[in-house]
Amino acid sequence: MKQALAIVAHELKLFLSDRRSVIVGIVTPILLATFFGFLFSGAGKQDTAKIPVLVSDSDGSAVSRAVVAGLAADPLLAVTPATESAAREAVKRGKAAAAVLLPKGFGDSSVRAFFGAAKAPEIALLVDPSRATEAGLVRGLLSEKVFREASREAFGGSSGTKVLEESLRSMEANPAPATPERETLKQLLRDVTRWKESTKLGTDGAGATARGPGSSVPFTLKEEAVTARTGVTYNSYAHSFAGMGIQFLLFVALDFGIAFLLERQGGIWKRLRAAPLSRSSLLVGKALAGALVGLISVGATFAFGIVVLGIRIQGSVPGFLLLLVASALMASSFGLLLAALGKTPGATRGLSILAVLLLVMLGGGWVPAFVFPEWLRTVTLVLPTRWAIDGLDAVTWRGAGFVAGALPPAAVLVGYAALFLLVSRLRFRWTDG
Amino acid sequence: MNPALEVSGLRKSYGGVPAVDGVSFRVDEGTIVGLLGPNGAGKTTTVSIICGLLPSEGGAVRIAGAALSGDTDPAKGRLGLVPQELALYEELPADDNLRFFGALQCLDGARLASRIDDVLRLTGLSDRRRDRVKTYSGGMKRRLNLAAGLLHDPDVLLLDEPTTGVDPQSRNAIFESLEALRDAGKAILYTTHYMEEAERLCDRIVIVDHGRVVADGTAEELGALLPRARVPELDAEARAAIDLLAARGIAVPALDGGKPRLEEVFLHLTGHALRDER
Repeated sequence: MKQALAIVAHELKLFLSDRRSVIVGIVTPILLATFFGFLFSGAGKQDTAKIPVLVSDSDGSAVSRAVVAGLAADPLLAVTPATESAAREAVKRGKAAAAVLLPKGFGDSSVRAFFGAAKAPEIALLVDPSRATEAGLVRGLLSEKVFREASREAFGGSSGTKVLEESLRSMEANPAPATPERETLKQLLRDVTRWKESTKLGTDGAGATARGPGSSVPFTLKEEAVTARTGVTYNSYAHSFAGMGIQFLLFVALDFGIAFLLERQGGIWKRLRAAPLSRSSLLVGKALAGALVGLISVGATFAFGIVVLGIRIQGSVPGFLLLLVASALMASSFGLLLAALGKTPGATRGLSILAVLLLVMLGGGWVPAFVFPEWLRTVTLVLPTRWAIDGLDAVTWRGAGFVAGALPPAAVLVGYAALFLLVSRLRFRWTDG
Repeated sequence: MNPALEVSGLRKSYGGVPAVDGVSFRVDEGTIVGLLGPNGAGKTTTVSIICGLLPSEGGAVRIAGAALSGDTDPAKGRLGLVPQELALYEELPADDNLRFFGALQCLDGARLASRIDDVLRLTGLSDRRRDRVKTYSGGMKRRLNLAAGLLHDPDVLLLDEPTTGVDPQSRNAIFESLEALRDAGKAILYTTHYMEEAERLCDRIVIVDHGRVVADGTAEELGALLPRARVPELDAEARAAIDLLAARGIAVPALDGGKPRLEEVFLHLTGHALRDER
């Protein structure tokens, strides 16, 4: 064991004496995690970037103007008036996420369509296909505004009254035999007309008939970010630091694996093997050294996040530390596995970088796993990175406890570490003969 | 003298091609034995088998009469290996390198500190012990490479071409260190391509070729293997002229004195055909 500990101390010295390793292991994850955290920080802040939307109103009716005003008043949208061709060009060039084209006759047609007296007018929504999420949001907001303004006009505006009267006259003049359905509809139109007269709204400042309240969405939405405890706000950096921390833990381990392969090619390997040193001591020493250096990397990354960016361990602190240790062990034994399976340092490095990036991406390190499709969420549970990142998320901003939040992922990670070590021990080429 | 290292009937092949084919020799206490051979003759493979880096397919290696068994056999501590490659961590100071290699040999505390002092003094590196190895000259690195192999005070020292690429001063310093070790009773197996090194240092020379020992004896004994008839007796004047030519790098092998040079013997035994590494 003394020899294994000597290997640990020696590797630590080597790591700290190599400026490049320190930069890769500590500075880079801090920079990347800060960047990603900043990028995804919109959910917890008020100054969310607005979605740029262009609107072309070819109608100019009360309804279309009200729809445009409604869109412009929405805090999520940055609405700019534009001609149809300019709007189309802007979306094509990616200058706007979407453009709304309100056609001529839109206001009148929408009110008529509301009572089934005409075909619904067609609103063109031009979208940038690369911004599907934003386009979906614009679609929802547009539907809400159009429904509200059309119903408001139908029940309170002058064109609504006109449509009602025309519809009633047309039905009464119809020589076809009366049916119960037609009689019921006629009665409805008469009742609405009477209701409108009884709630006469006068005129607005411009002399136009003022418009009533119209239909509205039958509920209000109170949005609440569910975090560890009341009063605790979500810190988007917590996830990005978990993701980047694990990614660079794996990169540090990869470096260790490659260094081991390089050692194997040179005289140091001969010196190690010529010493009275068991294979297990050698591998355990290397694994512990890799884990310790990895722990320094991920520890420094989180320390920066905690001190500078306000990340808080809202759940179990011992659980958080256990997860860091388990993740470091997993990563370090992964590095040994690469050294055991790889043949040359060059070839191993290329494939290993790809493997690390895939492990982190599919483990939810870049974007949280909850945005994955259901099947991918299930499949990626076989990856140790998924357990590490979900575990760190759980004990940081979700506020999970030791037993529920930290123990299961830590057990899985230690299990992976043992598996990687075992395979390394079995597959390592101890001699060239 | 007692044999510190005995090698008998070693065999090893790669892909059916024998690399070492029944090699046998011994190195006694207080002697330096040179292991010579062309590229691919089996020298490095022999050294690797002796120190347990490679398994042999036959034969035996005995250190002070006992065979090595397994990675952790304490008898491995009686062997010191100085690999052909510079087996050092360039980013670390000499002190840290030696501390690590000493710990691998189960040295610690005052014993380790004392041994580090000893080997640094022996190799003339005490003044630079705290400097990073990457700041050392090629000769200093070679000396430190030797120092690392001596840390645990091994009875048998295996040196695989330890003077590759070093300046004459460092080479001389290494020779003096090795002679001091021989005088202290160490058994040294010295692998080299340089005939003049073997002539100067070695008490006995083993020449291997195609994995077999083709000669084993003192320089004089090996010289006797050359056909003597073609070596004429030269007077002092002729001898001085030949030495002058030799000093300018011009060898006159057939006329260079009454005593045959080792290189002649070597070429006589292994032939003039070029060899490629296996």
